[in-house]
Amino acid sequence: MYWLLNSSIGRKLIMSITGVCLVLFLLFHMSMNLVLVFSAEAYDMICEFLGANWYAVVATLGLAGLAVLHIAYGTWLTLQNKQARGADKYASSNKTKTEWAAKNMYVLGLIICLGLVIHLWNFWYKMQFAELLHLPDAVSEGSGLVIALFSCPAYSVIYLAWLAAIWFHLTHGIWSAFQTLGLNGRTWYPRLKIISNIVATIIMIGFAVVPVWFTIIGLFN
Amino acid sequence: MEKVINITVKVWRQKGPKAKGGFEAYKLAGISGDTSFLEMLDILNEKLISEGQEPVVFDNDCREGICGMCSLYINGHPHGPDNLITTCQLHMRHFNDGDTITVEPWRSAAFPVIRDLTVDRQAFDKIIQAGGYVSVNTGGVPDANAIPISKIDADEAMDSASCIGCGACVAACKNGSAMLFVSAKVSQLALLPQGKVEAAARAKAMVLKMDELGFGNCTNTRACELECPKGVSISNIARLNRQFLKAKLSD
Repeated sequence: MYWLLNSSIGRKLIMSITGVCLVLFLLFHMSMNLVLVFSAEAYDMICEFLGANWYAVVATLGLAGLAVLHIAYGTWLTLQNKQARGADKYASSNKTKTEWAAKNMYVLGLIICLGLVIHLWNFWYKMQFAELLHLPDAVSEGSGLVIALFSCPAYSVIYLAWLAAIWFHLTHGIWSAFQTLGLNGRTWYPRLKIISNIVATIIMIGFAVVPVWFTIIGLFN
Repeated sequence: MEKVINITVKVWRQKGPKAKGGFEAYKLAGISGDTSFLEMLDILNEKLISEGQEPVVFDNDCREGICGMCSLYINGHPHGPDNLITTCQLHMRHFNDGDTITVEPWRSAAFPVIRDLTVDRQAFDKIIQAGGYVSVNTGGVPDANAIPISKIDADEAMDSASCIGCGACVAACKNGSAMLFVSAKVSQLALLPQGKVEAAARAKAMVLKMDELGFGNCTNTRACELECPKGVSISNIARLNRQFLKAKLSD
């Protein structure tokens, strides 16, 4: 199993598998969020189900493990690549017409991490962490928390910017994961590109609905 | 009508592998558009020699785009601004009067500068030595069609084999990755019956050597395929990933 650490393709395999798992999680998270638009009661039921129960805690730990692996391997690969590039930079820069997202995956990743810190503080800390440790910050009804936060337009803007970074990250990340897994070729490359764009767009719109919806409702109340 | 231009060439000069390098600007007048880029450098060198200065050192050999020796990074592109050609096939008609043309060596930790614009590309030879060959005896030349090979595989293998090993992929890659080169060299053999026998061992050995020599990790930016003078596709990289993972998982 050492090849997952000491070969370039092994390290990239870890990046692609954790990445695909995180995309699947995003799709699940997005579906959950959308429930709130239709029924606050149903949303609160989901929140209770995913609160301080043992299976939710195990799943959270698994998810955290995936995220940590993805970030750690991403950082490691980026540092190695900087070293492989060498200290001398091109004076005439690099004018190859590559996609912007493809060249800025690490920077996009850092922006996503920053957004994640805000997000965990806004919701996860109050919905699960505080409940686990029986802290006074614990909130039992998730719907109220979400609606209160997004009635502040500034927060909605921050979340939308965060979603834009995730969109760029995914448009490159999804097809790139398939390429690394060897599941790509001349025929599938254009198809996978389109699939990546569609999945990334579904995720972005699905997540954006909640903050936009409650900001609009907040403005009219 | 013949195009004649006056240009300034900004060239990277470096006395040796350890010496500190820097750019020198040279003015050249009356360069015909029909001059090839390397002929323009020949004109510059003749001028330098006649003035008693050291000529600019650069790699070149066949000057018809098949040997893979020429290796200049011109105005932000390996092999210059034109597509699907090597530096020796680039002509001065692609530049305008009064242009300043920046000429640099390939930049990558695995390709150290030897002198001026020449870099050491022996790392590629070492990767080939690690497994880029067929070691089983495949006998004499068989009769045509004795071993059926599909047209699709034959074409794909031929496209992979068009790689001339110039290193433009590494030079263009922000990660200094040699995946396009290695994957083309693995594919050209793995797609054909003679090379299939050792395909798994070859993929493992060549990737191991590539990593050992300090090339970076591919992040699928596609810069390599966009700058490749032979248009070698990243579908080769997917094939190499597939073969390497399969080989490792069946170990």
